[in-house]
Amino acid sequence: MKGFRKYYGQKIIWYLITFVIAVFLNFILPRLMPGDPTSAIMSKVAVGMTDTTAIQKVMAEYSAKFGLDQPMYIQFFNFVKNAVKLDFGVSFTQYPRTVSDIVFSSFGWTLALQLPAIIVGWILGNVLGAIAAYIRGVFDKVILPVCMFISNIPTFGLAIILLVVFGVNLKWFPTSGAYGFDLIPNASLEFYASVLHHYWLPFFSIVLAAIGGQAIGMRSMSIYELNADYVKYSRFLGIKDRKIVGYVFRNAMLPQITGLAMSLGTMMGGALVAETIFSYPGLGSTLLSAVTGQDYPLISACTLMITIMVLLANLFVEIIYGLIDPRIKAAQQD
Amino acid sequence: MLNTIKQVFHSPKFVTGFVIFMVMLLTIIIYPIIVTADPLEMIGNGNFFKPGTYVNTSETISAKQYTFNVDVSQASKLDRQLDDTQRTKMADWLVRFGGVDESEIDTSDSVALVELWKNNYSKDVDQTGLIAADKKYFVRLDTKIDAMLASSGIIIAQKDEEGTLSEQSTVEDNSYVNINDLQTSRTLILGTDNFGRDTLTELVSAAKNSLKIGLIAGSIATVIGLVLGLLSGYLGGIIDNIITFVTNLFTVIPSFVLLVLISYSVGQGSRGIYLVAIIIGCTSWTWTTRSVRSQVISLRNRDHVNLSKLSGHSLFRIIMTDILPYIASYVVMALILQISSGILSEAQLSMLGLGPATTESATLGLMMNWATLYSAHLNGSWWAYFPVIFTVALIAFSLNLMNTGLDQVFNPQLRD
Repeated sequence: MKGFRKYYGQKIIWYLITFVIAVFLNFILPRLMPGDPTSAIMSKVAVGMTDTTAIQKVMAEYSAKFGLDQPMYIQFFNFVKNAVKLDFGVSFTQYPRTVSDIVFSSFGWTLALQLPAIIVGWILGNVLGAIAAYIRGVFDKVILPVCMFISNIPTFGLAIILLVVFGVNLKWFPTSGAYGFDLIPNASLEFYASVLHHYWLPFFSIVLAAIGGQAIGMRSMSIYELNADYVKYSRFLGIKDRKIVGYVFRNAMLPQITGLAMSLGTMMGGALVAETIFSYPGLGSTLLSAVTGQDYPLISACTLMITIMVLLANLFVEIIYGLIDPRIKAAQQD
Repeated sequence: MLNTIKQVFHSPKFVTGFVIFMVMLLTIIIYPIIVTADPLEMIGNGNFFKPGTYVNTSETISAKQYTFNVDVSQASKLDRQLDDTQRTKMADWLVRFGGVDESEIDTSDSVALVELWKNNYSKDVDQTGLIAADKKYFVRLDTKIDAMLASSGIIIAQKDEEGTLSEQSTVEDNSYVNINDLQTSRTLILGTDNFGRDTLTELVSAAKNSLKIGLIAGSIATVIGLVLGLLSGYLGGIIDNIITFVTNLFTVIPSFVLLVLISYSVGQGSRGIYLVAIIIGCTSWTWTTRSVRSQVISLRNRDHVNLSKLSGHSLFRIIMTDILPYIASYVVMALILQISSGILSEAQLSMLGLGPATTESATLGLMMNWATLYSAHLNGSWWAYFPVIFTVALIAFSLNLMNTGLDQVFNPQLRD
């Protein structure tokens, strides 16, 4: 048990360091660019807003918040201090809503959409890949090229195709939003039904996008494992096929889990863009409207939120990996 | 070397991918030679013209008329010109507002339907529940039906200075023109986009620019990845620790976020195609670094490398002659993957409005962005977005096929 604590302790410390650096990058990247960035931010304030009193108020608030006359490191500490208090200021485009209010309301939608979709897509893809590797023949010959082509369609492309086929032409599903536009979020059955109805299209486009790549990876991993000596030996010993497939699946899974950790960021990026196709009120759509409205505080908060999500998801995958990989268990017991 | 290439071209996957890619590349090169028009010229006044051949209306009137022996009776004319949606809409209106019973209506009998329509339709009837656009639609449909019922052909008249009309010619229902007689027809295979630009010509030029972005971004990422991977794998020690740390860091911090932040920060004004390509390249090198590093580590202690070291060869020479040739296949494969992911990254950035901010050249991502901004996917203009998605997918598909093919050649354990 002590070994595990050490393993997880190291992981968590490493992720904390990564997090601090991510926050630092979030702070420094916009400020590294040529020209005076803070005054650029100020000049952008006026672009997004029309109400003059609002402009003045936001200006005053931001010049105080950014501490423009102070040296960089003090600005950074101010940034961190505000971020810890979840105070990202007021949105330029959606004044007087605060940035943290906007980000938190969209964060929930993104989490509820992407987490199940990526997990379901990953599991389905792995099962399909394993089946394709095990059965081979026609099944493999059909599934593999189809998966290969689908996995190369960008997520937003899949989203548009699903939207046009099932939303616009067949009219089975609504084309935009997360719930009926005539509803106000409440705890009624009608609202939940509407949310579920709006959920399927974005959900399946992310699932489909995830399936293809995972299936291909799992297939080649499984083929690799099926040729391994232990499989031949087990066959030789007369162990049932079912059991061997179980071993193979488990061994082929491990690299797939690492693969998931590595591709999570890319997958989430794709899914965020797909969100905008459905005008799903998640972080992706918020980011899009922030970019269009040149709303710097909102962009900064969105990217920070996405980073936190990806980091936490990665940490979670690593924890699971530590639990199921026998090699880590063995290494820790030494 | 020659042998390796021969072997590569025996892999069916690689060959398929290679052929698809070459066909696209040739199209990109040859198409602009045949169609010399500016790909971004706005030829249509208005957005999303349907694909098809457009002929000049006034020219068709003055062109040579051919009379065909076709049935020009009213019944056949109505049959020909009233399509199914118009018929169902008419029937729908008649049931809802015309007080006609549904059993009386037979949409397949156009004459009876039009008779019912003429007897019952009036635009002044109370049409509660219809939106204004639909009301106008029915008024237009009514005028159209009137025109169909007027059987004597259309008279072409010209206005003189006093404003009196003089008949020039009559267009009969059975007169046709040969499309080859017309000088000014224009075929738009994929219609026009939201700015009225020829989608096909634009698509070809966009594919070229996107490939350029992919190639630049991929090369930058591969060069950075290769250098870092070689250094950290070969030198080891503290340099290895630092590079591995940074690489792990940027593997976990999503490159999507970095792309958004940097692209936003460089500002709208300076963000051209090349800058976007460079930004993408600078944020996607981690994967290459990792795989190059692990390859180099497995090579580092091989006999021939040690022999080189003992012979006192310089670091540069050892890397160039003893290590690079062994990992060349991996580097090529990584480059291929980077090109395809670079194209995808550009498309995603553009969808968020952070792509190249230019009106002088098109990219696949920008085309997608404009198509969705003008709701092409909601108003049925499939030609504005579907060919773009298909092109992105096809480029990525061919590159990945090539990559898989190469993988199977160089990695015998994966061979089927």
